[in-house]
Amino acid sequence: MNSAKERLVNGIIKENPTFVLMLGMCPTLAVTTSAINGLGMGLTTMVVLALSNVFISMLRNIIPDKVRIPAFIVIIASFVTMVELLLQGFIPFLYDALGIYIPLIVVNCIILGRAEAYAYKNPVIPSLFDGIGMGLGFSVALTCIGAVRELLGAGEIFGIHVMPDSYVPVSIFIMAPGAFFVLALLTAIQNKVKIAGERKGKDMSKIQSGCGNDCMNCAEAGCSRRLIDETKGEGEKKNA
Amino acid sequence: MLKDLLVILIASSLVNNVVLSQFLGLCPFLGVSKKTETATGMGVAVIFVITLASAVAGAIYQFILQPFHIEYLQTIVFILVIAALVQFVEMFLKKFIPGLYQSLGVYLPLITTNCAVLGVALTNVQKNYGILTGIVNGFATAVGFTISIIILAGIREKLKYNDIPESFQGMPIVLVTAGLMAIAFCGFSGLL
Repeated sequence: MNSAKERLVNGIIKENPTFVLMLGMCPTLAVTTSAINGLGMGLTTMVVLALSNVFISMLRNIIPDKVRIPAFIVIIASFVTMVELLLQGFIPFLYDALGIYIPLIVVNCIILGRAEAYAYKNPVIPSLFDGIGMGLGFSVALTCIGAVRELLGAGEIFGIHVMPDSYVPVSIFIMAPGAFFVLALLTAIQNKVKIAGERKGKDMSKIQSGCGNDCMNCAEAGCSRRLIDETKGEGEKKNA
Repeated sequence: MLKDLLVILIASSLVNNVVLSQFLGLCPFLGVSKKTETATGMGVAVIFVITLASAVAGAIYQFILQPFHIEYLQTIVFILVIAALVQFVEMFLKKFIPGLYQSLGVYLPLITTNCAVLGVALTNVQKNYGILTGIVNGFATAVGFTISIIILAGIREKLKYNDIPESFQGMPIVLVTAGLMAIAFCGFSGLL
């Protein structure tokens, strides 16, 4: 069970998809208008991620190398459709709140990235825990961002009023521009950590600022390409 | 009828700007906006692909998915159709219009995973747009994307000469710029 724990810690802290790798920024910005929406989106993504990881890992010896990306997309899209229908049937308020961003989970680079970088090369159980770990990391990040935006923009957390009555909500934080400002602060903090770490001579190459830096490299498999190259490099080192 | 189309044109390109208020297509918006020329190239390629994709996706929805009552397969079908379409457009341009391919070719593969394309196809279905309305909506959305990416590229070119605090260099200052642009675009909401 040690590897399971390692995968969970890896997903939540070491390679947190939002705070460290900066992947899947579209849903991160769009749905974090409140903590509950962020949590809902995070958990929905986690379910899809865990299921698609398990399936891709099971089929990893059957899927031919050349058509793996389309195959991954079909598998992911099927799970997204299932989850969408389940949400519509059982948690309608979340379905209404997340709207078009549920089907758009298909193009979330985290999922394709994990399929390519981990599930396609590893057995089923570790892939499951990798999916859960990454999904939890994403949920934690979205909930935190959502909570901050909700606190500043509406004076509430999870719909409970927490700020004193004298606090005037800065409603721009729950509107579209606020998302950009929150993300700007987040990347600035990340930059600061990175610069400080590099001064001390640590290897900070893992911390990245999203696809934003160099989209040209994303070409073949969305943002996942960078993840792939990284893991391939590790694999080669191990082989050598 | 014409009035409705005009309203959709303004609403999708300015009021509900695809990047600045819906956060779709954020990757190319931030990644390909260093220079105005590349931003323009990307914008034109996006207009081309999104308009075409909304036409094809709309036709498939109306003539295949609806008659067989398999609307729930839309996500799977659309993503595959879009990926295939982009590949096809790339091959077609390479063979028949090499000039255009040289200027747009590099951007085409980037668009396959651009969530704005899938987003537009799904929005068209969600809002019950017909094929023609869908095409207009797709075109307007893409024009909105092009407008905002060119403006951002213009600002970023000037940004190079400014003295920016160390931790805000790179992505953070671009995001602050995008946030300010989003505030400006909020002003358009009074248009309709």
